[in-house]
Amino acid sequence: MAAIEVDRIEKSYGKVKALHGVSLEVAEGELFGLIGPDGAGKTTLQQILATLLLPDRGEARVAGFDVVREYREIRRRVGYMPGRFSLYQDLTVEENLNFFATVFHTSVEENYHLVRDIYRQLEPFKRRRAGALSGGMKQKLALCCALIHQPQVLLLDEPTTGVDPVSRKEFWEMLHRLKEQRITILVSTPYMDEASRCDRIALMSNGRFLTLDTPQAIVGAQTATFWSVEGERMPQLLKALREIPEVKSAFAFGDVHHITVAEGFTTAQLGQALAQKGFEGCTIRPIEPNIEDAYMNLAKK
Amino acid sequence: MKQFFSFVGKEFRHIFRDRRTMLILLAMPVVLIILFGFAITTEVNHVRLAVYAPSNDELTRRITERFSANDYFDIVETVRDPKQIDALFRRNRIDAVLLFGHDFQNDLMHTGQGTARLIVDGSEPNSASMMTTYAENILAGYRAELAAENATSLSPTILPQVKLLYNPQMKSAYSFVPGVMGLILILICAMMTSISIVREKERGSMEVLLVSPVRPIAIILAKVVPYFCISTVNLISILLLTVYVLKVPIEGSLFWLSLLSLVYIFVALAMGLLISSLLATQVTAMIASGLLLMLPVMVLSGMIFPIENMPGILQALSTIVPARWYVAGIKKIMIEGLPVSYVLKELGILSLMALLLITASLKTFKNRLE
Amino acid sequence: MEQTVILTENLTKRFGNFTAVDHISFEVHRGEIFGFLGANGAGKTTAMRMLCGLSRPSEGRGSVAGFDIARQPEQIKRNIGYMSQKFSLYEDLKVWENIRLFGGIYGLSERQIAEGTDRLLRTLDFEAERNTLVKSLPLGWKQKLAFSVAIFHAPKIVFLDEPTGGVDPSTRRQFWELIYDAAERGITVFVTTHYMDEAEYCNRVSIMVDGRIEALDSPRELKRRFQAESMDQVFTQLARRAKRSEG
Repeated sequence: MAAIEVDRIEKSYGKVKALHGVSLEVAEGELFGLIGPDGAGKTTLQQILATLLLPDRGEARVAGFDVVREYREIRRRVGYMPGRFSLYQDLTVEENLNFFATVFHTSVEENYHLVRDIYRQLEPFKRRRAGALSGGMKQKLALCCALIHQPQVLLLDEPTTGVDPVSRKEFWEMLHRLKEQRITILVSTPYMDEASRCDRIALMSNGRFLTLDTPQAIVGAQTATFWSVEGERMPQLLKALREIPEVKSAFAFGDVHHITVAEGFTTAQLGQALAQKGFEGCTIRPIEPNIEDAYMNLAKK
Repeated sequence: MKQFFSFVGKEFRHIFRDRRTMLILLAMPVVLIILFGFAITTEVNHVRLAVYAPSNDELTRRITERFSANDYFDIVETVRDPKQIDALFRRNRIDAVLLFGHDFQNDLMHTGQGTARLIVDGSEPNSASMMTTYAENILAGYRAELAAENATSLSPTILPQVKLLYNPQMKSAYSFVPGVMGLILILICAMMTSISIVREKERGSMEVLLVSPVRPIAIILAKVVPYFCISTVNLISILLLTVYVLKVPIEGSLFWLSLLSLVYIFVALAMGLLISSLLATQVTAMIASGLLLMLPVMVLSGMIFPIENMPGILQALSTIVPARWYVAGIKKIMIEGLPVSYVLKELGILSLMALLLITASLKTFKNRLE
Repeated sequence: MEQTVILTENLTKRFGNFTAVDHISFEVHRGEIFGFLGANGAGKTTAMRMLCGLSRPSEGRGSVAGFDIARQPEQIKRNIGYMSQKFSLYEDLKVWENIRLFGGIYGLSERQIAEGTDRLLRTLDFEAERNTLVKSLPLGWKQKLAFSVAIFHAPKIVFLDEPTGGVDPSTRRQFWELIYDAAERGITVFVTTHYMDEAEYCNRVSIMVDGRIEALDSPRELKRRFQAESMDQVFTQLARRAKRSEG
C-alpha cells in the first residue's frame, strides 16, 4: 500500500487555480520531494494532505485513509510541520515538546528514541523560550514536535526555507536518519539543490507537475545539449551568448554559464562566435545538466 | 483528561508570561470602578429651576423651599405668567420648571389630588431623566410627610404617577456598577478569548493543533477556562470595591447575583469564540470586539443612557444586547433587592442567548483552514 | 583609484553581554556587488541594520556613502535603497501607486516619477501590469519590481536582504541580471543570500561566523584558498567552525 496517494487533485482560491489536477504516489518509507518556487502549489498540496484544506476535485489518501472522510484517522498518524515557525514562542523548548506530546496522547519519554538525535542538540537550550532560538534550532524543535507521536507519515512544508546552507544540510541528514526508521516523508522545498537528497521528486510550477521521477531519471531525460561556458567578464559574456542564434538558452550558474544549443552546433563553432564578439579564450565544456537546468528547461515549455 | 489539563496549563502560561496584558486585565475593573465612581459622575447638580405657583399658598411655598434647600436645585426664577416659560428655556436661563395647579393646596386637601407638573429641558436626555428623578423624589418625600401629618383618611397625592425609587441617596454608582460589570465581563471574556484563538491562527500554531487528534471542543474549552478564572477574580474585585469603596450595598441574594453573572460570562465567552472563528487576524478581532461588543454595552445596555429615553428603534436593538438584560437583572438583584422571581425573564433570555451562541460558535469553529 | 562607499572599522554591536557583531572591518567599492554571507544568527542582520543607520554601533565606526553611521543616519537613509524578502512593496496598492509612493518618499518630482515609472515598466516589460495590484503578481515579478523600486531614486548603495528567497530559478537569474545592470550604472549592491550559486555572482564575498568576518575575497580566490570547488563548500567549511550555535 502506498503511504500517500494523490489522484487528480484540483484546488482553487477564488479565481486563482492553485492545483491543476496533480497525481502522485509515495511508497512507504520513501523520501519524496515537492520542488518548486513559491506559488507553485506546494503548500496547498501539503495542506490538503494534512486535512487542513478540502480539494475541489480528485481524491487523496494518507496512510490509507481518505483526506476528506477519514480525516480524524489521518490526524492521528501524520506529523505536520507548516512552512512558518508555528510553535509557541513564549513557551520554552521543553514546554513546547511536552505540550505536543500530550496533545497526541503520548509522552516525551515514550518516544524519546525517535527524537533523541535531534533533541540532544536542543537540550542545552531546553529552558530557553522558543522565540529566542535561531532559525536552524527552531526548525529542529519543530521537527521534534512533529515527530513526538511516532507518525507514519511526515508532511514537511518548506522546512529549510530561509535557513542557512549548513543548517539545511544538517536538517537533510536528520531526514535521512528518519527514513531509515521507515517513516514516509513528503517534503517541499524551493531549493533545487536539495532535490538530489530525495528518493523521488516532483518538479512543480504553477499548480502542475512538470515531471515526477527520481532526480537521476529527470536529469537523464533531458535531451537538450548542455554546455558550460566560462570566461572573463561573465555578465557581458552572458549577453553575448544570448545574441548567438544557435544558443537556445543561457543562464548564469554559479561561476559558469549553462547553455543549451541547437543540434549540430559544436564547441569550436561557439568558441569562434564568441571570439568574434570579443570574448577570446572561453572554456566551453559539454556537461551533465542538473535539476535546476532541467527545471528551467521544463518550465520554459 | 491529561491532554486537556496540559492545554489549560499552556493557556495559563501564555497569560502569565504576557505580564502587561495580565496587569491590564486585573487592573482594568479597579480603574473603571474608581473612574466611574469618583471622576465621572453622571449626577446633575445645581439645576436651574423656575417655579410657577398661581395659588401661592402655604403648601406650594413649603414645597418650593424643599427644592431650594436641596443641593441639586437652585431656584432662579419665580414665574408670574406661564407664557414666560418658553422664553426662559430658549434663552437658556433655566433647566427645568415646576408648575403647580391653580388651586394646589385646596385641591390637595379636599380631593387628595394636587397637580404639580415638571417641565424639563430634554436636550440632554440623560440629565433630564436625572432631574426628573430628583424632583419626583423630593415631591414623593414631601407627600409622605404630608400624609403622616394629616391623620385623615384622605391620602394626599401630588403626582398621579410617582415612581418607586430604590435609590434614596440617588448616587450614580447605583446605575453604573451593574454597567461596569457588564462591560468588564464582556471585554475580558469575549475580547481576550477571541484574541487568543485568533493569535494561534495568525502564528500558525492552529494548523498544528488541527492536524492532531485534539477535538475542537477541547481547544475551545481550554481557551475558556483561564479567562473564566480571571473573570471570576474580576467579578469578586468589582463587588468588593462596590461594597467597601463606593458603599453601595448588595441588597439581594449573592447566590442569584453570581448565577446571573455566570450565565452572562458564558454568553460573553461564546461571543468571543464566534468572533474568533469568523476572523483571521488579531487586529480585526480587536476592532470587531471593540465595535460589536464594547460600544453596544456602553450605549445600549442602559449603563450610561436610560433605555426608556431611547428612540424606539434603539430600544428594539437593545433587546439583542446581552448586557442590557444582565445590567437590568443585576440592578434588580443588587440595587433593588428583588427576589429571583423578578429576574426570571433576564435569566431566561441570557440562558437562551448562551445556548444559541455556544451552538453557533461550535458549529462555525473550523475543523480545517477554510 | 576605486572610490570607497562603505567603510567599517571594528564595528561592534553588543546586546547585554552578547556580542552580535564583533569588530568587523571591511570596505566596499563603488559599483561593486558585495555578497554578505553567514549562517543564521551569525550577525548579518545586525550588521546590516547598523549600516542602514537603523541601529547604533556599540563600538567602532563606519561610514556609508560618506556619512557616519552613528551621527548621520538620516543622510544615509536618503542615499541608500533597501529591499528585503519579508517586506518590499505594499500588496494592496497597484504597481504604479507603489512606484509613485516610493518616489515621493525620496522626494522625487512629479516629472521624475512619471518618466521614471515609464522607463522602469518598459525595462521590466511590465507595461501591461501598471494597474495590477501587487498582491496578484507572482513572487518573482514582485521581487524584480521591488528591486527596481529600491533603486528608483538612484541611490549610491542598495541593500538587499535575501531578495530571491523562494523565487523560481529563471526569475532568480533575471533578478541577478537586474543587479548587474544596476552595478554597471555605478550603484553598489550589498546583498545577503542563502543560495550559494548566487555567491558566485558577486565580485567579492564576506563570510561571517559568530559575529566576525572570517573570510573576504573574490569567489575565485576564496575557492582557491579553501581548496574548494564551489562557494557552497567554502561556506560549509567556515560555518562548521561556528562555536555559538545560538544567537
